[in-house]
Amino acid sequence: MSQDIYVIIEHLRGQIADISYVLCAAARQMAAASGGNVVGLLLGHNVKDLAQDVAVDRVLAVDDPLLANFVPDVYQQVLANLISASAPRAVLFGDTSIGAELAGALSVQLGLPLVSYCRNVRADDGRLTYVSQLCGGKVMVEGELPAPTALVAMVPGGYQAEQGKSTQPPPVETVAPPALAAGRITLKQYIEPESGDVDISKEAILVSVGRGIQNADNIELVRELAEAIGGVVSASRPVVDQGWLPTTRLVGKSGKRVKPRLYLALGISGAPEHAEAITDSQTIIAVNTDASAPIFDIARYGTTLDLLDLVPVLTEKVRQAKQ
Amino acid sequence: MHIVVPVKLVPDLVEELVIDPSGTTLDPDTLRLQLNEFDGHAIEQAILLKERGGGQVTVMAPDVEGVDDVLYTAAAKGADRLIKLCGNFGQSVNNHAMACAVANLIKPLQPDLVLTGVQSHSDLDGSMGPLLAAYLGFPYVGYIAGVTLSDGRAVVRKEYPGGLVAEMEVVLPAVLGIQAADQPPRYVAFTRIRQAMKTASIEEQTVEGLDVSGGPTVSRMYKPEAAARATMIEGKPDEVASRLVELFRELGVL
Amino acid sequence: MPERIDFWGIPHTWGPPEVYAYGIMGLASLVLLFRLYQAVSLWWRLGRSEKRWDQLHIRVWRLIKYAIVQVRVLSQRYPGVMHIALAWAFFVFLWGTILATIHSHFITFLRGNTYLIYKLVLDLFTLVFLVGAVMAAYRRYIQRPRRLTLAPRFTYSLVLIVVIVVGGLAVTSTRLAVERPEWAWWTPFAWLVGQLWLSTGASDQALLNWHLGLWAFHLLSAATLFVTLPMSTMLHVVTGPLNVFFSKLDRPMGQLAPQPQTSAGEPLFVTSLRDLTWKQLLDSEACTECGRCQDACPAFAAGTPLSPKELMVDIRTALRRDGRTLLKNGNGSDKVPALVGEVVKDAILWSCTTCGACVRECPVFIEHVDTMVDMRRQLVNEGRMDSMLQEALANLGRYGNSFGQSERVRARWAQTLETPIKDARKESVEYLWFVGDYASYSTTLTDITRKTAEVFQKLGLDFGILYDGERNAGNDVRRVGEEGLYDMLVHRNAAVLSRCSFKAIITTDPHSYNTLKNEYPREVLDGRPVLHYTELLDQMLASGALKFTHRLGYTVTYSDPCYLGRYNGVYDAPRRLILATGCQLIEMPRCGDRAACCGAGGGRIWMEEQAVQERPSEARIREAVKLDNVQTLVVTCPKDVTMYRDAVKTTGYENRMAVKELIELIHAALC
Repeated sequence: MSQDIYVIIEHLRGQIADISYVLCAAARQMAAASGGNVVGLLLGHNVKDLAQDVAVDRVLAVDDPLLANFVPDVYQQVLANLISASAPRAVLFGDTSIGAELAGALSVQLGLPLVSYCRNVRADDGRLTYVSQLCGGKVMVEGELPAPTALVAMVPGGYQAEQGKSTQPPPVETVAPPALAAGRITLKQYIEPESGDVDISKEAILVSVGRGIQNADNIELVRELAEAIGGVVSASRPVVDQGWLPTTRLVGKSGKRVKPRLYLALGISGAPEHAEAITDSQTIIAVNTDASAPIFDIARYGTTLDLLDLVPVLTEKVRQAKQ
Repeated sequence: MHIVVPVKLVPDLVEELVIDPSGTTLDPDTLRLQLNEFDGHAIEQAILLKERGGGQVTVMAPDVEGVDDVLYTAAAKGADRLIKLCGNFGQSVNNHAMACAVANLIKPLQPDLVLTGVQSHSDLDGSMGPLLAAYLGFPYVGYIAGVTLSDGRAVVRKEYPGGLVAEMEVVLPAVLGIQAADQPPRYVAFTRIRQAMKTASIEEQTVEGLDVSGGPTVSRMYKPEAAARATMIEGKPDEVASRLVELFRELGVL
Repeated sequence: MPERIDFWGIPHTWGPPEVYAYGIMGLASLVLLFRLYQAVSLWWRLGRSEKRWDQLHIRVWRLIKYAIVQVRVLSQRYPGVMHIALAWAFFVFLWGTILATIHSHFITFLRGNTYLIYKLVLDLFTLVFLVGAVMAAYRRYIQRPRRLTLAPRFTYSLVLIVVIVVGGLAVTSTRLAVERPEWAWWTPFAWLVGQLWLSTGASDQALLNWHLGLWAFHLLSAATLFVTLPMSTMLHVVTGPLNVFFSKLDRPMGQLAPQPQTSAGEPLFVTSLRDLTWKQLLDSEACTECGRCQDACPAFAAGTPLSPKELMVDIRTALRRDGRTLLKNGNGSDKVPALVGEVVKDAILWSCTTCGACVRECPVFIEHVDTMVDMRRQLVNEGRMDSMLQEALANLGRYGNSFGQSERVRARWAQTLETPIKDARKESVEYLWFVGDYASYSTTLTDITRKTAEVFQKLGLDFGILYDGERNAGNDVRRVGEEGLYDMLVHRNAAVLSRCSFKAIITTDPHSYNTLKNEYPREVLDGRPVLHYTELLDQMLASGALKFTHRLGYTVTYSDPCYLGRYNGVYDAPRRLILATGCQLIEMPRCGDRAACCGAGGGRIWMEEQAVQERPSEARIREAVKLDNVQTLVVTCPKDVTMYRDAVKTTGYENRMAVKELIELIHAALC
């Protein structure tokens, strides 16, 4: 048993996921209270040099060709070994399409309690407390972080990714994997998002549309605005589900986290999955007819006009202003 | 092909949520439950698979207010067997306890496939899918939008952030966490539900000894402080647009 | 003395001409009857039963008014005059033939002056017919209005009847040319034509030969009409009057037939032609393709795939193509295209706003909307609808409103009123105000809703509302085709209403008004009236209980809501109120029972907007701005407010035209 805090460093196709830095930020705070170290667990193949900027005390890298891609049951075997061997105070996972399923499986396999939707971890008098957001962020719950070892699946929002970064590359210790066998799940292939499309996570201006757009034809109005202002169009889940915009334009869970200078949210209500993905935007301006929409809680400016009324006028004004 | 879909009901967020005087749960009197949205997709996916390749669909849900409607609606869509889990399913019953109980009921059914919603907004101790899979000893893949079955295997499309999709093959029996069914859940006409109420029957299975130790205890539940609200710009489209253009200038994006 | 001579000038060389005439026409009639029987038996046997035999005196009266006098046909001048000319000419020719038959076999009376008048009338109507025929040809081939189809079947009918009449004229005129009787001027037109024959200088014998040939030709062309009538567009002379005779009498326009049931008591959904009633199938056979419905249809004008006319034509085409197969197959598997989805595409059914303009226009009383809703019920049953409608229906089922908001906040608008409103569930009230979804939840409308309450309070009305006990009344849920949900909503509302003590229901929403008044179970109302607020205020105006303190002096126009005007005949009350507020009222070209729809009805307001050329609401705004000096469009329906306020913006007329609910004028003139 140790007071270490383990962090699952999530990565996909050679890139550390943003959530991993959030986990590191939380882990550092926890480790300070528990008196342990922050240990990054890095599973993969040829990934030793991947974790250059994560703020952890050391990295345990497990390298194996079978770990080259995320395959739930294989990853689970490796982690089960590592965690049961050292019994850390807590293991932090991203509440993501990788972390969430590992955390759940390990919780049952190892008999360790799991806290999900965790946004913050607090240390009071040396005792660790989790703060989770439930019901789409409408309710917060808190309680003691179960001991001796707790699995925690974290959502973004409680920490800035920057807090979990370090300029000092951590020492990397390579651990031999247990005898791995391919399990009952195999990766067949990756299907790339529509190629040649823009990367919305790198754009400075995003004009983003949600349910309020009403139909596919109106996307054109938004596209015109985006073009006038020099940005690109992104969207929330309902718009992508309808097939009105490709998945590459999706902001939010299973879409992208974005950090533009201006995020113009048109007809987006601001469900937590979406809200979390835009918190790094410099300025959010929201247009939504429902004055009580949660988007107005995170936006700097807002208006309750109907986007269909506003957008054509705005496009015209922007064009004039540019001349 | 036997597909089992265990679903759960979660607080309806359309209603104002009220914290119980105890300060650790939601007020049960004002609480209104509805089917977890992703579970709705799981049911739809099961029905789609049955329509494509035949088989049997069993839907099970804990006995809370509104469960009959949920089950009969599933029957109206095409579910063959409805099971109601009877027991004391208060708010304190967490997913570990539920998953364990459900796994015990599912095992004798010997399903080929178990579909659950990938998550719900009330999963304090993790979503049902991975827990259930672990208790059943089945493999689990979540965040799935797209399932095809062939020859004892499921080929699934797992969604990653940024639009990347991993096509994975899973040996059955397996548990899949459905993010989105191949088609959005269909509308079920009231007449159909009413007919299902006449023709379908709900089996009751008693569940005892719910073990909640797999999740944390809650010492406080509260509503988040209202964040600083946006500065609202009032006026006609023309005026608002002018103000926005000014703002764009100030922000340096124009 | 002039007297009608049978078979004048027809030689007996091959036996008496009666043999040919009666033989040929008899044979033709047999074919006609057989084919008519085939046509009738198709819809009669295939369709479900429906009782349309009662109240015979009204039916006969309708037959006279609409099939013979053709009041509805005449309501449009050019096509009206055109059709009347053709139809009445044929009525006269028919009578001419009947009288001639009576004359030759029963009573010899066509002689002397009677004969002359007989000839004169027939002659004049020949002219009338030709005027009508020229008008018809000019209309279809030169004017080519969009609502008319250019197809050989119409040309065939027109040519055939012209050939028959001109043939008759030729026979008569050659006879006159040979006979040159003293009374020739009694048939002035034929006599003029006779002069033409004479001017050719042909001998009497030659003319007699021509006469014989023309006679034979006339006989054969008449026989051709008989033989081909059941498969030609002329069939409408049989099915049109039949359809008028069997038109709907058992319920008001605002009441849909309940969902049909199978013999086992299960709800029956329309999937094939045999699920329609014989009357619904007859509708399709009765359609003359005059296109009036299409001209009046807001969905067609907007450019959606719906044309009420084509709907009928599609059903008829399917009936004639697949009817026999369906009859033969009994209830077995149908190898024919599905009625809903293939014969009539989903998009067509979803385009309808149920405004009823087509029903109002149809000269032969086709009931398009009822059939449309019957087919929509099947779409709903199969879940074939767009995602917005699906969400709206799911919300209605769960929360009792389409907004997806909690019913607990239904009366939130009332919280900011100075004087609280009675809870009709707890206190007895004189008037129970059924507020409706849009007025309760739409943020753009709650201000109007509050003003309504303030007007009621100012007038000292003893009224209350149901607060969170109210559910959507269900009018449009029913018209969407979700009958089960409608039943549930009715059940819920009825349960609340049954516990309330009130003397009358007032509504602000014409849609709620329609269903409460016409469709709710009788025991719910128990004889108590349902009033639109304009009706109540109009009564108070008449009794002096409502007196305005200000004269507003606006020049306004008024758009009748479909479900207040066309469906329930409330046209005058809102107009009297408008005038009483001191406004001048200028009518739009389409007003009263021809008022154009805003496009929101029949559940369209819940659906995704289709690709349209011009939204119905925008077309209406453009109609209003064309009126001189009119700056305000007055409406009496919450959905109208939503639709038209939107449309003034999208048309760019926001500064030119204000959209006001009548209650706003009343509020301003009163407070």
